[in-house]
Amino acid sequence: MSRPDLLQGRVELVHGGGGRAMKRLIDELFAAAFDNPWLAQGNDQAQFTLPPGRVVMATDSHVVTPLFFPGGDIGALAVHGTINDIAMAGARPCYLSAGFILEEGFALAQLKRIVDSMAAAAREAEVAIVTGDTKVVERGKGDGVFINTSGIGVVPDGVALSGDRARPGDRILLSGPIGEHGVAILSQREGLGFETQIQSDSQSLHRLVAEMIAERPDIRCMRDPTRGGLGNTLNELAQQSRVGMQLYEQRIPVREPVRAACELLGLDPLYVANEGRLIAICPPEGAERLLQRMRAHPQGRQAAIIGTVTDDPRHFVQMQTAFGGNRLVDWLNGEQLPRIC
Amino acid sequence: MKYVDEFRDREHARVLARQIAAEADSGREYRLMEFCGGHTHAIFRYGIPDLLPAQVRLVHGPGCPVCVLPVGRLDMALALARRPEVILCTYGDLLRVPGSDRRSLLQAKAEGADVRMLYSPAEALALARQYPQRQIVFFAIGFETTTPPTALVVEQAQREGLANFSVFCNHVLTPAAMHAILQSPLDAGVPLRLDGFIGPAHVSTVIGAAPYAIFPERYAKPVVIAGFEPLDLLQAILMLIRQLNDARCQVENQFSRAVTHSGNLKAQALMARVFERRDSFEWRGLGAIPHSALRLRDAYAEFDAEQRFELPLLVGRENRACECPAVLRGAKRPDQCALFGAPCTPDNPLGACMVSSEGACAAYYRYRPRQRVEVAT
Repeated sequence: MSRPDLLQGRVELVHGGGGRAMKRLIDELFAAAFDNPWLAQGNDQAQFTLPPGRVVMATDSHVVTPLFFPGGDIGALAVHGTINDIAMAGARPCYLSAGFILEEGFALAQLKRIVDSMAAAAREAEVAIVTGDTKVVERGKGDGVFINTSGIGVVPDGVALSGDRARPGDRILLSGPIGEHGVAILSQREGLGFETQIQSDSQSLHRLVAEMIAERPDIRCMRDPTRGGLGNTLNELAQQSRVGMQLYEQRIPVREPVRAACELLGLDPLYVANEGRLIAICPPEGAERLLQRMRAHPQGRQAAIIGTVTDDPRHFVQMQTAFGGNRLVDWLNGEQLPRIC
Repeated sequence: MKYVDEFRDREHARVLARQIAAEADSGREYRLMEFCGGHTHAIFRYGIPDLLPAQVRLVHGPGCPVCVLPVGRLDMALALARRPEVILCTYGDLLRVPGSDRRSLLQAKAEGADVRMLYSPAEALALARQYPQRQIVFFAIGFETTTPPTALVVEQAQREGLANFSVFCNHVLTPAAMHAILQSPLDAGVPLRLDGFIGPAHVSTVIGAAPYAIFPERYAKPVVIAGFEPLDLLQAILMLIRQLNDARCQVENQFSRAVTHSGNLKAQALMARVFERRDSFEWRGLGAIPHSALRLRDAYAEFDAEQRFELPLLVGRENRACECPAVLRGAKRPDQCALFGAPCTPDNPLGACMVSSEGACAAYYRYRPRQRVEVAT
């Protein structure tokens, strides 16, 4: 069996068959890129000892289309997505797994680009991809590549973040401008191609989270507003904590090109996806200092306090509009968007 | 954002709101209908009712094309979509609308129908070129704004001889619906009082201000054509109040930066070449309205999906408790319907007005502040 041709070759059914071809693909592509002692052991699992603290686990599957978009690709997104899910518990992410479902005929050069990007994202985050799996499906039964990542992290003692802990009077903080991932994806959509300088905000947020936890270990909860955007995520939190929320549109950062694209496409940036932003809810005292700490971090330069948790038995999220009126920010229902994560 | 933020300025809004409050006579009511769904959406999105005094009431009109499409026409589209040779293409808004059997085009797609969402009818032509073995049907819908693009692709398809392309035409006409609203209370005995119209923005860029002249003349209702931005709306409301206070009754054009007296003559000529008026067309909520919709002219009959597929006219079933007819004529508010909010919601629309985000019920449901809150400084 010859080496896989990573320039001209394509995924074949034999690459998922468990034989020598699969072994070679794993060795030359995945293990070479992810390169760490756990993978080098060549076992079907990774063994490690975790630092002390509560263990957090999360999983996320990625089916984004297109696979490559301004500011990222499915590989980096798969790393960032799971790291952020772990980080939102206030945890330090430690290890990741990666499962690939490849479609027969998919170009190995593209797969290599994706795997290299994953490896770079994991290295940047200092989180190792320690175990993995590859399956191949027949042509027409997949969409190039699907990636699942799972991860394990550890929460430091004294930190207890949960979506049901928001209380009336708490402040709502947002780490940066919204809507950039969704608009970056839309700009690439077939039939909708428009030129924009907007890049996806896809990034790992655990370092920003560590800073925030250090400043205020009593933060009530954090969540990253991915699919459904800020609007849906705040509705989730309001329901979970059985509270209402009052937002101020003028305080919610949205970059100019995102506003322009949303205006053109008839979208509301509140419901557009993000992959590198977080919402934090914290008690009112100390919110301002937390904000300053966020702004001192590169991932939180444009952070803002965007609203207040209210006592509302109906759990409505409301927003004072920049225009001066007040409106409800309801759950989004069935927007027609391509797959975004 | 240049050229948009100027029309959303809070300080200007306050000035206009104060003028409206000062000039609106507290001894009378001003019932103003915004015909167009785009206006309805903007009114709720920006919280405009909060800025108006109690005697100024906005009545939400039927200018939402998805809302007024009768269920029977949707059933016809579903029947088309289920044909194995057909790729049915349409705008995203239509995909979630339930037909008579409560199934939508999106569900038909999940069951195997080839349904594609598009942003422009030109994408349907591209599909026709790409798949010569398939029948590409464009499910066309909309008022005068979306009609010229449909006409354009029909002409293009004829020039290219694209034999596998056709249009299921559901284009409707604004002035005809306005006539129907003004005549309907006489027929139905429903109490309806309208003092004036906020005329549509984009529709008027195509048809111009001239076609509205008949409403002041025949029905003594003033019309002010308004842009879609919130300051446009406030200014148009003030202009209507002034006309009513001065006992004037005329067509005024607030949206003069885009609308002219005669409109877009090129687009009108294009529509006239490709389309002709139907004798009558069924509107959801308003019933059959004479000369209110378009179909392809005989010269383009080969591109008419209704002829190509010999589609039988279907009559849909509506929920009897649904108050959409009264809501669409402005006789009732959305929350005066027994179905509003439960069980009828944007996730589970039972009536026309809950279907599209431009529908009065959906906008009302989605944006209306349900509790006044203290504004923090």
